[in-house]
Amino acid sequence: MMLRINNNKQRNAQFLWGWLFILPTMIGLIILNIIPIFRTIFQSFFKTGDFGKGNIFIGLQNYSKLFEDTEVWQSLWNTIKYVIVEVPVSIMIALIIAVLLNQKIKGKSIFRTIFFLPMIAAPAAIAMVWRWLYNSQFGLLNNVFNLDVAWISDPSIAIYSIAVIGIWSVVGYNIVLFLAGLQEIPRDYYEAARIDGASGINQFFHITIPLLSPSIFFVSVTRMIAAFQVFDLIYMVMTDTNPAIEKTQSLVYLFYQYSFTYGNKGYGATIAVLLLVVIMMITGIQIYAQKKWVHYS
Amino acid sequence: MKSRDYFFKTIIYVVLLMSSFVMLIPFIWMILTAFKSITETTNIDPFVIWPSTWRLEAFKRVLENMNFVMLYLNTLLMIAGRILAAVLTATLAGYAFGRLHFKGRDIAFSLVLFQMMIPGQIFVIPQYIMVSNMGMLNTIFALIFPGLVTAFGTFLMRQSFMGLPKELEEAAYLDGCNIGQTFLFVMAPLTKSAMVALSIFTAVFAYKDLMWPMIVNLDKDKSTLASALAKMQGQYMSNFPELMAAALIACIPMVILYMIFQKNFIEGIATSGGKL
Repeated sequence: MMLRINNNKQRNAQFLWGWLFILPTMIGLIILNIIPIFRTIFQSFFKTGDFGKGNIFIGLQNYSKLFEDTEVWQSLWNTIKYVIVEVPVSIMIALIIAVLLNQKIKGKSIFRTIFFLPMIAAPAAIAMVWRWLYNSQFGLLNNVFNLDVAWISDPSIAIYSIAVIGIWSVVGYNIVLFLAGLQEIPRDYYEAARIDGASGINQFFHITIPLLSPSIFFVSVTRMIAAFQVFDLIYMVMTDTNPAIEKTQSLVYLFYQYSFTYGNKGYGATIAVLLLVVIMMITGIQIYAQKKWVHYS
Repeated sequence: MKSRDYFFKTIIYVVLLMSSFVMLIPFIWMILTAFKSITETTNIDPFVIWPSTWRLEAFKRVLENMNFVMLYLNTLLMIAGRILAAVLTATLAGYAFGRLHFKGRDIAFSLVLFQMMIPGQIFVIPQYIMVSNMGMLNTIFALIFPGLVTAFGTFLMRQSFMGLPKELEEAAYLDGCNIGQTFLFVMAPLTKSAMVALSIFTAVFAYKDLMWPMIVNLDKDKSTLASALAKMQGQYMSNFPELMAAALIACIPMVILYMIFQKNFIEGIATSGGKL
Protein backbone atom coordinates (compact mmCIF):
# COMPACT_ATOMS: atom_id res chain seq x y z
CA MET A 1 0.00 0.00 0.00
CA MET A 2 2.75 2.36 1.02
CA LEU A 3 4.61 1.50 -2.15
CA ARG A 4 1.67 2.31 -4.39
CA ILE A 5 1.20 5.72 -2.85
CA ASN A 6 4.86 6.35 -3.42
CA ASN A 7 4.58 5.15 -6.99
CA ASN A 8 1.60 7.38 -7.64
CA LYS A 9 3.33 10.29 -6.01
CA GLN A 10 6.41 9.59 -8.03
CA ARG A 11 4.41 9.38 -11.24
CA ASN A 12 2.68 12.67 -10.56
CA ALA A 13 5.99 14.31 -9.75
CA GLN A 14 7.53 13.06 -12.99
CA PHE A 15 4.52 14.31 -14.93
CA LEU A 16 4.68 17.78 -13.39
CA TRP A 17 8.46 18.21 -13.58
CA GLY A 18 8.57 16.66 -17.04
CA TRP A 19 6.10 19.09 -18.51
CA LEU A 20 7.63 21.99 -16.63
CA PHE A 21 11.01 21.16 -18.17
CA ILE A 22 9.83 20.68 -21.73
CA LEU A 23 7.38 23.58 -21.67
CA PRO A 24 9.76 26.34 -22.83
CA THR A 25 11.00 24.20 -25.71
CA MET A 26 7.53 23.06 -26.72
CA ILE A 27 6.03 26.55 -26.65
CA GLY A 28 9.00 27.84 -28.64
CA LEU A 29 8.82 25.03 -31.18
CA ILE A 30 5.11 25.52 -31.69
CA ILE A 31 5.36 29.28 -32.13
CA LEU A 32 8.62 29.38 -34.09
CA ASN A 33 8.32 26.23 -36.19
CA ILE A 34 5.08 24.28 -36.13
CA ILE A 35 2.66 27.15 -36.70
CA PRO A 36 4.97 28.66 -39.36
CA ILE A 37 4.78 25.41 -41.37
CA PHE A 38 1.03 25.87 -41.67
CA ARG A 39 1.33 29.60 -42.22
CA THR A 40 3.77 29.06 -45.08
CA ILE A 41 1.45 26.54 -46.70
CA PHE A 42 -1.47 28.93 -46.09
CA GLN A 43 0.54 31.82 -47.54
CA SER A 44 1.11 29.86 -50.75
CA PHE A 45 -2.61 30.28 -51.56
CA PHE A 46 -2.27 34.06 -51.45
CA LYS A 47 -0.82 36.78 -53.57
CA THR A 48 0.85 39.81 -52.05
CA GLY A 49 -0.98 42.95 -53.22
CA ASP A 50 0.63 45.91 -54.96
CA PHE A 51 3.27 47.78 -52.95
CA GLY A 52 3.64 44.70 -50.76
CA LYS A 53 0.38 45.46 -48.97
CA GLY A 54 -2.41 43.01 -48.21
CA ASN A 55 -2.96 39.38 -49.00
CA ILE A 56 -5.27 38.38 -51.81
CA PHE A 57 -6.61 34.83 -51.83
CA ILE A 58 -5.93 33.23 -55.21
CA GLY A 59 -6.46 29.54 -54.44
CA LEU A 60 -4.14 27.27 -56.36
CA GLN A 61 -2.98 29.91 -58.84
CA ASN A 62 0.52 30.05 -57.37
CA TYR A 63 0.81 26.32 -57.90
CA SER A 64 -0.45 26.37 -61.47
CA LYS A 65 1.98 29.22 -62.13
CA LEU A 66 4.75 27.19 -60.48
CA PHE A 67 4.15 24.19 -62.71
CA GLU A 68 4.55 26.30 -65.83
CA ASP A 69 7.37 28.45 -64.51
CA THR A 70 10.49 27.40 -66.41
CA GLU A 71 12.61 29.59 -64.12
CA VAL A 72 11.59 27.46 -61.12
CA TRP A 73 12.22 24.14 -62.89
CA GLN A 74 15.54 25.42 -64.17
CA SER A 75 16.51 26.39 -60.64
CA LEU A 76 15.47 22.96 -59.37
CA TRP A 77 17.64 21.42 -62.08
CA ASN A 78 20.54 23.71 -61.11
CA THR A 79 20.12 22.64 -57.49
CA ILE A 80 20.10 18.96 -58.47
CA LYS A 81 23.27 19.43 -60.54
CA TYR A 82 24.93 21.07 -57.56
CA VAL A 83 23.85 18.25 -55.24
CA ILE A 84 24.91 15.50 -57.64
CA VAL A 85 28.42 16.91 -57.83
CA GLU A 86 28.94 18.21 -54.31
CA VAL A 87 27.65 15.30 -52.23
CA PRO A 88 29.28 12.24 -53.86
CA VAL A 89 32.59 13.94 -54.64
CA SER A 90 32.97 15.40 -51.15
CA ILE A 91 32.13 11.99 -49.67
CA MET A 92 34.65 10.16 -51.86
CA ILE A 93 37.47 12.60 -51.14
CA ALA A 94 36.64 12.57 -47.43
CA LEU A 95 36.64 8.76 -47.36
CA ILE A 96 40.10 8.53 -48.86
CA ILE A 97 41.56 11.23 -46.62
CA ALA A 98 39.90 9.74 -43.53
CA VAL A 99 41.33 6.29 -44.26
CA LEU A 100 44.79 7.80 -44.73
CA LEU A 101 44.47 9.82 -41.52
CA ASN A 102 43.41 6.66 -39.70
CA GLN A 103 46.84 5.08 -40.33
CA LYS A 104 49.67 5.42 -37.84
CA ILE A 105 50.99 8.78 -38.99
CA LYS A 106 52.39 11.90 -37.39
CA GLY A 107 50.65 15.29 -37.42
CA LYS A 108 47.17 13.83 -37.57
CA SER A 109 45.53 16.69 -35.72
CA ILE A 110 47.30 19.33 -37.83
CA PHE A 111 45.97 17.75 -41.02
CA ARG A 112 42.51 17.48 -39.50
CA THR A 113 42.59 21.13 -38.49
CA ILE A 114 43.54 22.21 -42.00
CA PHE A 115 40.78 20.20 -43.65
CA PHE A 116 38.22 21.51 -41.19
CA LEU A 117 39.20 25.17 -41.51
CA PRO A 118 36.73 26.12 -44.31
CA MET A 119 33.89 24.86 -42.14
CA ILE A 120 34.33 27.68 -39.64
CA ALA A 121 34.98 30.51 -42.12
CA ALA A 122 32.13 32.90 -42.87
CA PRO A 123 30.46 31.84 -46.13
CA ALA A 124 30.65 35.43 -47.32
CA ALA A 125 34.43 35.40 -46.89
CA ILE A 126 34.73 32.03 -48.62
CA ALA A 127 32.69 33.23 -51.57
CA MET A 128 34.73 36.41 -51.85
CA VAL A 129 38.07 34.65 -51.99
CA TRP A 130 36.85 32.03 -54.46
CA ARG A 131 35.39 34.69 -56.73
CA TRP A 132 38.80 36.25 -56.67
CA LEU A 133 40.52 32.91 -57.44
CA TYR A 134 38.08 32.34 -60.29
CA ASN A 135 38.40 35.88 -61.68
CA SER A 136 38.88 35.36 -65.41
CA GLN A 137 41.26 38.29 -65.91
CA PHE A 138 43.38 38.56 -62.77
CA GLY A 139 42.52 35.34 -60.96
CA LEU A 140 45.08 32.89 -59.63
CA LEU A 141 43.60 29.90 -61.44
CA ASN A 142 43.71 31.26 -64.98
CA ASN A 143 47.06 32.95 -64.54
CA VAL A 144 48.94 30.09 -62.93
CA PHE A 145 47.63 27.45 -65.32
CA ASN A 146 47.59 29.83 -68.25
CA LEU A 147 43.91 29.29 -68.95
CA ASP A 148 41.18 31.49 -70.30
CA VAL A 149 38.09 30.10 -68.60
CA ALA A 150 35.12 32.14 -67.43
CA TRP A 151 34.66 29.95 -64.36
CA ILE A 152 31.64 31.68 -62.92
CA SER A 153 30.17 33.57 -65.87
CA ASP A 154 30.08 30.78 -68.44
CA PRO A 155 26.53 29.36 -68.01
CA SER A 156 27.60 25.85 -68.94
CA ILE A 157 30.21 25.45 -66.18
CA ALA A 158 29.37 28.04 -63.51
CA ILE A 159 27.27 25.69 -61.36
CA TYR A 160 30.13 23.17 -61.27
CA SER A 161 32.61 25.87 -60.27
CA ILE A 162 30.28 26.69 -57.38
CA ALA A 163 30.01 22.97 -56.51
CA VAL A 164 33.81 22.87 -56.23
CA ILE A 165 33.61 25.58 -53.57
CA GLY A 166 30.94 23.50 -51.84
CA ILE A 167 33.16 20.41 -51.88
CA TRP A 168 36.10 22.36 -50.51
CA SER A 169 33.88 23.73 -47.74
CA VAL A 170 32.36 20.49 -46.43
CA VAL A 171 35.05 17.89 -46.99
CA GLY A 172 36.55 18.44 -43.51
CA TYR A 173 33.21 17.94 -41.84
CA ASN A 174 32.76 14.60 -43.61
CA ILE A 175 36.30 13.57 -42.68
CA VAL A 176 35.58 14.12 -38.98
CA LEU A 177 32.46 11.96 -39.15
CA PHE A 178 34.21 9.21 -41.10
CA LEU A 179 37.17 9.19 -38.71
CA ALA A 180 34.74 8.64 -35.84
CA GLY A 181 33.17 5.76 -37.77
CA LEU A 182 36.55 4.23 -38.64
CA GLN A 183 37.54 4.13 -34.99
CA GLU A 184 34.66 1.71 -34.37
CA ILE A 185 35.97 -0.89 -36.81
CA PRO A 186 37.90 -3.56 -34.85
CA ARG A 187 41.58 -3.77 -35.80
CA ASP A 188 41.35 -7.60 -35.81
CA TYR A 189 39.41 -7.53 -39.06
CA TYR A 190 42.32 -5.94 -40.86
CA GLU A 191 44.84 -8.24 -39.24
CA ALA A 192 42.86 -11.32 -40.30
CA ALA A 193 42.61 -9.95 -43.84
CA ARG A 194 46.34 -9.29 -43.94
CA ILE A 195 47.09 -12.85 -42.88
CA ASP A 196 44.81 -14.06 -45.66
CA GLY A 197 46.89 -11.94 -48.02
CA ALA A 198 44.32 -9.26 -48.88
CA SER A 199 45.84 -6.10 -50.34
CA GLY A 200 45.17 -2.60 -48.98
CA ILE A 201 42.73 -1.90 -51.81
CA ASN A 202 40.91 -5.15 -51.10
CA GLN A 203 40.68 -4.31 -47.42
CA PHE A 204 39.27 -0.90 -48.29
CA PHE A 205 36.45 -2.33 -50.41
CA HIS A 206 35.68 -5.44 -48.38
CA ILE A 207 36.13 -4.26 -44.81
CA THR A 208 36.23 -0.47 -44.60
CA ILE A 209 33.36 0.40 -46.95
CA PRO A 210 30.82 -2.17 -45.66
CA LEU A 211 31.59 -1.52 -42.00
CA LEU A 212 31.57 2.23 -42.52
CA SER A 213 28.32 2.16 -44.49
CA PRO A 214 26.15 3.43 -41.60
CA SER A 215 28.39 6.52 -41.36
CA ILE A 216 28.38 6.94 -45.13
CA PHE A 217 24.61 6.69 -45.14
CA PHE A 218 24.24 9.24 -42.36
CA VAL A 219 26.60 11.68 -44.06
CA SER A 220 24.96 11.33 -47.45
CA VAL A 221 21.46 11.94 -46.07
CA THR A 222 22.42 14.98 -44.00
CA ARG A 223 24.72 16.42 -46.66
CA MET A 224 22.10 15.98 -49.35
CA ILE A 225 19.47 17.79 -47.31
CA ALA A 226 21.93 20.60 -46.65
CA ALA A 227 23.09 20.75 -50.28
CA PHE A 228 19.52 21.07 -51.53
CA GLN A 229 19.29 24.24 -49.47
CA VAL A 230 22.37 25.85 -51.03
CA PHE A 231 22.01 29.63 -50.91
CA ASP A 232 24.98 31.52 -49.45
CA LEU A 233 27.48 30.47 -52.09
CA ILE A 234 25.20 31.28 -54.98
CA TYR A 235 24.01 34.55 -53.49
CA MET A 236 27.58 35.66 -52.79
CA VAL A 237 29.36 34.36 -55.87
CA MET A 238 26.78 35.28 -58.49
CA THR A 239 25.68 38.87 -58.96
CA ASP A 240 22.35 39.81 -60.56
CA THR A 241 24.16 40.88 -63.71
CA ASN A 242 26.13 37.64 -64.11
CA PRO A 243 25.13 36.06 -67.46
CA ALA A 244 25.18 32.63 -65.81
CA ILE A 245 22.69 33.50 -63.06
CA GLU A 246 19.80 31.73 -64.79
CA LYS A 247 21.80 28.51 -64.96
CA THR A 248 23.05 28.70 -61.38
CA GLN A 249 20.30 30.12 -59.18
CA SER A 250 19.10 27.51 -56.71
CA LEU A 251 15.59 26.95 -55.34
CA VAL A 252 16.41 28.70 -52.07
CA TYR A 253 17.98 31.60 -53.96
CA LEU A 254 14.74 31.98 -55.91
CA PHE A 255 12.76 31.65 -52.68
CA TYR A 256 14.78 34.50 -51.20
CA GLN A 257 14.40 36.67 -54.28
CA TYR A 258 10.62 36.26 -54.50
CA SER A 259 9.97 36.58 -50.77
CA PHE A 260 12.30 39.39 -49.84
CA THR A 261 13.51 41.19 -52.97
CA TYR A 262 10.42 41.12 -55.21
CA GLY A 263 8.12 41.15 -52.17
CA ASN A 264 5.89 38.33 -53.44
CA LYS A 265 5.73 36.23 -50.27
CA GLY A 266 2.90 34.11 -51.63
CA TYR A 267 4.99 32.80 -54.51
CA GLY A 268 8.05 32.58 -52.26
CA ALA A 269 6.05 30.37 -49.91
CA THR A 270 5.00 28.20 -52.86
CA ILE A 271 8.65 27.67 -53.78
CA ALA A 272 9.42 26.79 -50.14
CA VAL A 273 6.67 24.17 -50.22
CA LEU A 274 8.16 22.73 -53.42
CA LEU A 275 11.54 22.52 -51.68
CA LEU A 276 9.94 20.73 -48.73
CA VAL A 277 8.32 18.18 -51.03
CA VAL A 278 11.56 17.59 -52.95
CA ILE A 279 13.62 17.10 -49.79
CA MET A 280 11.02 14.76 -48.26
CA MET A 281 10.98 12.68 -51.45
CA ILE A 282 14.76 12.42 -51.71
CA THR A 283 15.11 11.53 -48.03
CA GLY A 284 12.37 8.93 -48.37
CA ILE A 285 14.12 7.32 -51.33
CA GLN A 286 17.41 7.24 -49.46
CA ILE A 287 15.89 5.65 -46.38
CA TYR A 288 14.25 3.06 -48.60
CA ALA A 289 17.45 2.39 -50.54
CA GLN A 290 19.59 2.01 -47.42
CA LYS A 291 18.26 -1.53 -46.92
CA LYS A 292 20.07 -2.48 -50.09
CA TRP A 293 23.54 -1.27 -49.17
CA VAL A 294 23.89 -0.20 -45.55
CA HIS A 295 25.42 -2.86 -43.36
CA TYR A 296 24.42 -2.83 -39.67
CA SER A 297 26.34 -5.16 -37.45
CA MET B 1 58.37 -6.01 -46.14
CA LYS B 2 59.89 -3.13 -44.16
CA SER B 3 60.80 -1.14 -47.25
CA ARG B 4 57.36 -1.70 -48.70
CA ASP B 5 55.78 -0.23 -45.57
CA TYR B 6 58.15 2.69 -45.80
CA PHE B 7 57.12 3.23 -49.39
CA PHE B 8 53.40 3.29 -48.51
CA LYS B 9 53.99 5.66 -45.60
CA THR B 10 55.74 8.04 -47.96
CA ILE B 11 52.86 7.95 -50.40
CA ILE B 12 50.38 8.65 -47.59
CA TYR B 13 52.37 11.67 -46.44
CA VAL B 14 52.72 13.01 -49.98
CA VAL B 15 48.96 12.72 -50.62
CA LEU B 16 48.07 14.32 -47.30
CA LEU B 17 50.56 17.15 -47.68
CA MET B 18 49.49 17.92 -51.21
CA SER B 19 45.78 17.86 -50.44
CA SER B 20 46.17 20.02 -47.35
CA PHE B 21 48.14 22.49 -49.44
CA VAL B 22 45.25 22.63 -51.93
CA MET B 23 42.85 23.16 -49.01
CA LEU B 24 44.96 26.06 -47.80
CA ILE B 25 45.39 27.86 -51.14
CA PRO B 26 42.28 30.04 -50.78
CA PHE B 27 43.38 31.14 -47.30
CA ILE B 28 46.94 31.77 -48.43
CA TRP B 29 45.69 33.76 -51.38
CA MET B 30 43.39 35.75 -49.11
CA ILE B 31 46.35 36.72 -46.93
CA LEU B 32 48.73 37.49 -49.80
CA THR B 33 46.16 39.63 -51.59
CA ALA B 34 45.27 41.61 -48.48
CA PHE B 35 48.87 42.84 -48.22
CA LYS B 36 49.20 43.84 -51.87
CA SER B 37 48.50 47.12 -53.65
CA ILE B 38 45.66 47.33 -56.15
CA THR B 39 48.10 47.55 -59.07
CA GLU B 40 49.84 44.40 -57.89
CA THR B 41 46.55 42.51 -57.89
CA THR B 42 45.63 43.63 -61.40
CA ASN B 43 49.01 43.00 -62.98
CA ILE B 44 49.13 39.87 -65.10
CA ASP B 45 52.39 40.37 -66.95
CA PRO B 46 54.19 39.36 -64.82
CA PHE B 47 51.61 37.80 -62.48
CA VAL B 48 52.41 38.79 -58.90
CA ILE B 49 52.26 36.09 -56.26
CA TRP B 50 54.18 37.65 -53.37
CA PRO B 51 53.52 41.28 -52.42
CA SER B 52 56.65 43.36 -53.09
CA THR B 53 56.25 44.97 -49.68
CA TRP B 54 53.76 43.92 -47.02
CA ARG B 55 51.36 46.86 -47.06
CA LEU B 56 48.85 47.48 -44.32
CA GLU B 57 46.86 50.05 -46.32
CA ALA B 58 44.00 47.73 -47.20
CA PHE B 59 43.50 46.84 -43.55
CA LYS B 60 43.62 50.50 -42.49
CA ARG B 61 41.09 51.50 -45.12
CA VAL B 62 38.72 48.67 -44.32
CA LEU B 63 38.90 49.38 -40.60
CA GLU B 64 38.13 53.04 -41.31
CA ASN B 65 35.23 52.37 -43.65
CA MET B 66 33.57 49.48 -41.88
CA ASN B 67 32.70 49.65 -38.24
CA PHE B 68 34.14 46.28 -37.33
CA VAL B 69 33.81 46.88 -33.60
CA MET B 70 30.06 47.23 -34.01
CA LEU B 71 29.84 44.26 -36.37
CA TYR B 72 31.77 42.08 -33.93
CA LEU B 73 29.58 43.30 -31.11
CA ASN B 74 26.33 42.59 -32.98
CA THR B 75 27.55 39.14 -33.98
CA LEU B 76 28.75 38.45 -30.45
CA LEU B 77 25.44 39.53 -28.89
CA MET B 78 23.54 37.39 -31.37
CA ILE B 79 25.74 34.39 -30.57
CA ALA B 80 25.60 34.97 -26.80
CA GLY B 81 21.82 35.33 -26.81
CA ARG B 82 21.33 32.20 -28.87
CA ILE B 83 23.74 30.13 -26.75
CA LEU B 84 22.08 31.24 -23.53
CA ALA B 85 18.59 30.44 -24.79
CA ALA B 86 19.58 27.20 -26.49
CA VAL B 87 21.57 25.73 -23.59
CA LEU B 88 18.91 26.69 -21.05
CA THR B 89 15.87 25.35 -22.91
CA ALA B 90 17.58 22.33 -24.43
CA THR B 91 19.15 21.15 -21.17
CA LEU B 92 15.82 21.28 -19.36
CA ALA B 93 13.92 19.57 -22.17
CA GLY B 94 16.74 17.09 -22.83
CA TYR B 95 16.63 15.93 -19.22
CA ALA B 96 12.86 15.44 -19.25
CA PHE B 97 12.94 13.59 -22.58
CA GLY B 98 15.92 11.46 -21.64
CA ARG B 99 15.33 10.59 -17.97
CA LEU B 100 11.70 11.11 -16.97
CA HIS B 101 8.64 9.03 -17.81
CA PHE B 102 5.42 10.96 -18.18
CA LYS B 103 2.27 11.08 -20.25
CA GLY B 104 2.64 12.92 -23.55
CA ARG B 105 6.42 12.65 -23.59
CA ASP B 106 6.69 10.60 -26.76
CA ILE B 107 4.26 12.74 -28.72
CA ALA B 108 6.09 15.87 -27.63
CA PHE B 109 9.41 14.35 -28.60
CA SER B 110 8.15 13.34 -32.02
CA LEU B 111 7.41 17.03 -32.58
CA VAL B 112 11.09 17.74 -31.87
CA LEU B 113 12.19 15.10 -34.38
CA PHE B 114 9.67 16.40 -36.91
CA GLN B 115 11.10 19.92 -36.72
CA MET B 116 14.57 18.56 -37.46
CA MET B 117 13.40 17.08 -40.75
CA ILE B 118 11.86 20.28 -42.12
CA PRO B 119 14.03 22.57 -44.25
CA GLY B 120 14.49 25.90 -42.46
CA GLN B 121 13.20 28.04 -45.32
CA ILE B 122 9.67 26.93 -44.46
CA PHE B 123 9.89 28.93 -41.21
CA VAL B 124 11.50 32.07 -42.59
CA ILE B 125 8.53 34.06 -43.94
CA PRO B 126 6.27 33.59 -40.88
CA GLN B 127 9.19 34.26 -38.51
CA TYR B 128 9.96 37.45 -40.40
CA ILE B 129 6.30 38.53 -40.21
CA MET B 130 6.28 37.85 -36.45
CA VAL B 131 9.39 39.94 -35.84
CA SER B 132 8.03 42.67 -38.07
CA ASN B 133 4.65 42.69 -36.28
CA MET B 134 6.42 42.99 -32.95
CA GLY B 135 8.15 46.05 -34.32
CA MET B 136 11.49 44.41 -33.62
CA LEU B 137 13.17 44.61 -37.03
CA ASN B 138 16.73 45.95 -36.81
CA THR B 139 17.32 44.82 -33.25
CA ILE B 140 19.59 42.26 -31.62
CA PHE B 141 16.43 40.46 -30.52
CA ALA B 142 15.52 39.90 -34.18
CA LEU B 143 18.89 38.21 -34.74
CA ILE B 144 18.37 35.90 -31.75
CA PHE B 145 14.68 35.16 -32.33
CA PRO B 146 14.78 31.97 -34.49
CA GLY B 147 17.37 30.47 -32.13
CA LEU B 148 15.34 30.84 -28.92
CA VAL B 149 14.67 27.11 -28.88
CA THR B 150 16.50 24.34 -30.69
CA ALA B 151 15.21 20.95 -31.71
CA PHE B 152 18.70 19.78 -32.61
CA GLY B 153 20.04 20.92 -29.23
CA THR B 154 17.20 19.19 -27.41
CA PHE B 155 18.06 16.00 -29.24
CA LEU B 156 21.76 16.40 -28.44
CA MET B 157 21.13 17.00 -24.73
CA ARG B 158 18.69 14.10 -24.53
CA GLN B 159 21.36 11.77 -25.92
CA SER B 160 23.81 13.05 -23.36
CA PHE B 161 21.42 12.55 -20.42
CA MET B 162 20.51 9.08 -21.62
CA GLY B 163 24.14 8.04 -21.40
CA LEU B 164 24.35 8.72 -17.65
CA PRO B 165 24.11 5.81 -15.18
CA LYS B 166 20.80 5.26 -13.39
CA GLU B 167 22.39 4.80 -9.97
CA LEU B 168 23.25 8.48 -9.69
CA GLU B 169 19.62 9.47 -9.94
CA GLU B 170 18.49 6.81 -7.47
CA ALA B 171 21.11 7.84 -4.95
CA ALA B 172 19.96 11.43 -5.21
CA TYR B 173 16.31 10.42 -4.63
CA LEU B 174 17.31 8.36 -1.59
CA ASP B 175 19.10 11.40 -0.21
CA GLY B 176 15.79 13.20 -0.43
CA CYS B 177 16.34 15.28 -3.55
CA ASN B 178 13.26 16.04 -5.63
CA ILE B 179 13.43 15.87 -9.41
CA GLY B 180 14.37 19.53 -9.78
CA GLN B 181 17.24 19.23 -7.31
CA THR B 182 18.43 15.98 -8.86
CA PHE B 183 18.54 17.67 -12.23
CA LEU B 184 20.23 20.81 -11.05
CA PHE B 185 22.84 19.43 -8.65
CA VAL B 186 23.49 15.88 -9.87
CA MET B 187 22.63 15.32 -13.50
CA ALA B 188 23.04 18.64 -15.33
CA PRO B 189 26.66 19.19 -14.22
CA LEU B 190 27.56 15.84 -15.77
CA THR B 191 26.47 16.95 -19.25
CA LYS B 192 28.86 19.89 -19.37
CA SER B 193 30.70 18.60 -22.43
CA ALA B 194 27.45 18.27 -24.36
CA MET B 195 26.57 21.82 -23.35
CA VAL B 196 29.93 23.00 -24.66
CA ALA B 197 29.34 21.14 -27.93
CA LEU B 198 25.89 22.68 -28.25
CA SER B 199 27.31 26.14 -27.57
CA ILE B 200 29.92 25.64 -30.27
CA PHE B 201 27.37 24.49 -32.83
CA THR B 202 25.10 27.39 -31.97
CA ALA B 203 27.97 29.86 -32.27
CA VAL B 204 29.23 28.57 -35.62
CA PHE B 205 25.73 28.32 -37.02
CA ALA B 206 24.84 31.87 -35.96
CA TYR B 207 28.14 33.25 -37.19
CA LYS B 208 27.68 31.66 -40.60
CA ASP B 209 24.01 32.51 -40.97
CA LEU B 210 23.59 34.89 -43.87
CA MET B 211 19.97 34.94 -44.98
CA TRP B 212 18.25 35.73 -41.68
CA PRO B 213 20.42 38.76 -40.71
CA MET B 214 20.05 40.08 -44.25
CA ILE B 215 16.27 39.86 -44.00
CA VAL B 216 15.58 41.26 -40.54
CA ASN B 217 18.40 43.75 -40.05
CA LEU B 218 18.75 45.97 -43.08
CA ASP B 219 20.19 48.73 -40.88
CA LYS B 220 23.91 49.07 -41.25
CA ASP B 221 24.27 49.52 -37.49
CA LYS B 222 22.58 46.23 -36.74
CA SER B 223 24.30 44.05 -39.35
CA THR B 224 26.32 40.99 -38.45
CA LEU B 225 29.78 40.24 -39.83
CA ALA B 226 28.33 37.88 -42.43
CA SER B 227 25.67 40.22 -43.74
CA ALA B 228 27.94 43.28 -43.72
CA LEU B 229 30.53 41.37 -45.72
CA ALA B 230 27.88 40.45 -48.26
CA LYS B 231 26.93 44.08 -48.66
CA MET B 232 30.52 45.20 -48.89
CA GLN B 233 31.22 42.95 -51.83
CA GLY B 234 28.75 44.90 -53.95
CA GLN B 235 30.39 48.23 -53.13
CA TYR B 236 34.05 47.37 -53.54
CA MET B 237 33.65 45.21 -56.63
CA SER B 238 37.26 45.22 -57.77
CA ASN B 239 39.29 46.52 -54.85
CA PHE B 240 40.68 43.07 -54.16
CA PRO B 241 43.11 43.91 -51.34
CA GLU B 242 40.35 45.59 -49.35
CA LEU B 243 37.88 42.78 -49.99
CA MET B 244 40.40 40.20 -48.83
CA ALA B 245 41.43 42.27 -45.82
CA ALA B 246 37.80 42.50 -44.73
CA ALA B 247 37.26 38.77 -45.28
CA LEU B 248 40.37 38.04 -43.21
CA ILE B 249 39.31 40.31 -40.34
CA ALA B 250 35.89 38.63 -40.32
CA CYS B 251 37.35 35.11 -40.24
CA ILE B 252 40.06 35.51 -37.62
CA PRO B 253 38.00 35.45 -34.38
CA MET B 254 36.28 32.20 -35.30
CA VAL B 255 39.58 30.61 -36.31
CA ILE B 256 41.06 31.53 -32.93
CA LEU B 257 38.01 30.13 -31.12
CA TYR B 258 38.32 26.96 -33.16
CA MET B 259 41.99 26.58 -32.22
CA ILE B 260 41.06 26.88 -28.54
CA PHE B 261 38.04 24.59 -28.54
CA GLN B 262 39.22 22.23 -31.25
CA LYS B 263 38.78 19.10 -29.18
CA ASN B 264 35.19 19.96 -28.25
CA PHE B 265 34.41 20.87 -31.86
CA ILE B 266 35.59 17.56 -33.21
CA GLU B 267 34.11 15.45 -30.42
CA GLY B 268 30.81 17.27 -30.64
CA ILE B 269 30.48 16.58 -34.34
CA ALA B 270 31.67 13.02 -34.05
CA THR B 271 29.24 12.09 -31.29
CA SER B 272 26.17 13.97 -32.43
CA GLY B 273 26.48 14.07 -36.17
CA GLY B 274 26.62 17.82 -35.80
CA LYS B 275 24.62 20.27 -37.79
CA LEU B 276 26.65 23.00 -39.40
